[in-house]
Amino acid sequence: MRPSKAVVLPLVCLAVIHTIVGLAGFFGPYDPAAQNREVPSCPPTRLHWVDRDGGLHLRPFVYGLAEPTGETEQCAEVLHGPYPIQLLVRGTQYRILGVLTSDRHLFGVAAPGHVYVMGTDNYGRDVLSRVLYGGQISLFAGLLATLLSLILGLLLGTLAGFYGGWRDGVIMRGVELFLALPWLYLLLALRAFLPLHTGPRQTFLLLIAVIGFVGWARPARIIRGVVLSAKERSHLLAARSFGGSDLYLLRHHVLPETRSVVLTQAALLIPHYVLAEVTLSFLGLGVSEPIASWGSMLATLQQYHILVSNWWMFYPGVALVLVFLSYGVLSNALQADTAKHGVKWNAYSSLE
Amino acid sequence: MRYLAVRFLQSVFLLLGVSLLSFSFLELAPGDFFQEMRLNPQISPNTVARLRSNYGLDKPMPVRYVRWLASAVRGDFGFSFAYGSPVTPLLLVRARNTLLLAGTATLLAWTLAISLGVLCAARPGSWLDHGCSLLTSILLAIPELLLALCFLALGVRTGWFPAGGMVSPGFEDFTSWHRMSDLLWHMVLPVVVLVLGCLPMLLRHVRAALLEVLDFPFIRAAFGHGIPRRRVLFFHALPASINPLVSLFGFSLGALLSVSLLTEVIMSWPGLGPLLLEAVLAHDIYVVVGAMTFSTLFLVVGTALADLLLFAGDPRIRSEALI
Repeated sequence: MRPSKAVVLPLVCLAVIHTIVGLAGFFGPYDPAAQNREVPSCPPTRLHWVDRDGGLHLRPFVYGLAEPTGETEQCAEVLHGPYPIQLLVRGTQYRILGVLTSDRHLFGVAAPGHVYVMGTDNYGRDVLSRVLYGGQISLFAGLLATLLSLILGLLLGTLAGFYGGWRDGVIMRGVELFLALPWLYLLLALRAFLPLHTGPRQTFLLLIAVIGFVGWARPARIIRGVVLSAKERSHLLAARSFGGSDLYLLRHHVLPETRSVVLTQAALLIPHYVLAEVTLSFLGLGVSEPIASWGSMLATLQQYHILVSNWWMFYPGVALVLVFLSYGVLSNALQADTAKHGVKWNAYSSLE
Repeated sequence: MRYLAVRFLQSVFLLLGVSLLSFSFLELAPGDFFQEMRLNPQISPNTVARLRSNYGLDKPMPVRYVRWLASAVRGDFGFSFAYGSPVTPLLLVRARNTLLLAGTATLLAWTLAISLGVLCAARPGSWLDHGCSLLTSILLAIPELLLALCFLALGVRTGWFPAGGMVSPGFEDFTSWHRMSDLLWHMVLPVVVLVLGCLPMLLRHVRAALLEVLDFPFIRAAFGHGIPRRRVLFFHALPASINPLVSLFGFSLGALLSVSLLTEVIMSWPGLGPLLLEAVLAHDIYVVVGAMTFSTLFLVVGTALADLLLFAGDPRIRSEALI
């Protein structure tokens, strides 16, 4: 199946998003856990081109920030500086993918100045850096959980569809059970039995395991359908009559048929699972502070004064919407592609 | 009748499966409600052991499940450790609140989806159709979590709507008319979020189902007979397309309950969602199992209603069932 043009655009968008999030240390100017207690809940720093004397600067600059004063509770610009924005500055050390160490950042300002493109949260941490690092948790949890779900779905769906009999019965009853339950309730109940207070790494893996496990039913059911129809194709019957073993038949004739369905399912499941991670973190069941996740960042909005006055805390939500939009367009395009190539696929088969 | 009996049996098995599933999840859980007490040096291990045996936590899981099931059938869902009271009354109040929210939202969302979906399908490519498809695409890209937060922020900033909760303080002293309006006023934001959350999916499916039916020759015949357009759409085409929509109904209830959980937590609506969340955090197992079972009960009853509707609406099912 050759991907159509409609598939390429969202894929490029997603590639860009994932690259930026993956290289969070480079694109984010600060350490996500570093607190600047002097400027908590600071609105996005304003970039200036024209200084207070009316002089035009070719390079945008920022002014320094003052501590919030009692009355407004918001930090104001004080006119010291200016601090011009510099590209590829040296700053705090970070690691790329856990291996390479570097201290180059895409942009930043010289020492006493600060540039907070998306403002700071209530501890004075840079929201931009936290959105980027949080994306690593949220996006990669979604990706890995999808992988787990699809592997489970492929295994069980193939088992049910290819061998049939009592295996089919047992697996399909399980599918019905899992599909019948509201997934968030299921997710919470499953999360209930896992230890709540663990290290960030364990929690991350637990989240992936829980989310991936809860979602196995839908891909399993759809893959079973595809396998069932593939099983009766004449070329497969011919291959079987020539003495092809089950494993051979599965590998060469059945699994290739499921490819487009698996891809479409992945495009549907990934945003769903990213949202699942965000939801769990939002409810306080995800990776704990100081590690950022889009969900735990959005959770601060549950505090009344932050919801009312700190609109920039909605930025993780904006990132989430961008991801959702790209995956939505991608899955639509994939479904259109699959429909064009004659595989029976319509809106209902995702529900059936 | 056989059709209904089979459906009923399926529902019972589903409920059994759900309760067993949640029980076994909890059995795998490390620690229980009394775990924290063990760390407290002022409470002796004997006391903890006695408490556990009082609540029957020292019995093996199958025994506990059977005992729980025996009492659940009689309407007693166990005892909440955290609240120190029986689970059933607790659940009933919360379930009523969730039902109020989810029921209103379901009704509104389906009414909107069906009327808009039929109108869109009647004139594919019209400005209404384009507008609706744009709206659904936008809404699909906004997760309900964010939608709820945005609406709450909007409500709070403008001051038009209350900042969460179900009733205003002093609710008990209000006159009945005042109570009603107060409750409705509190319901606006969560219901809007729920409706917007499930509308796009419903709208798409209604439109697709209608489009399929509108291609049939009998519709052309109906138009040919000079039956008014609106009558054909709503009285001829809509009933014919009901079959896929009914299976969607059961599905949408499940999705709605999940969205409702989040919305309830964000808007601090005292429904099943916040109760379940608290119980999960406190390892209050019978509340977790009870809330799971109750939510499944909602689904089962909802799906059964839908099936009855299908039974009434689709003659093919009726003749199959009677054979």
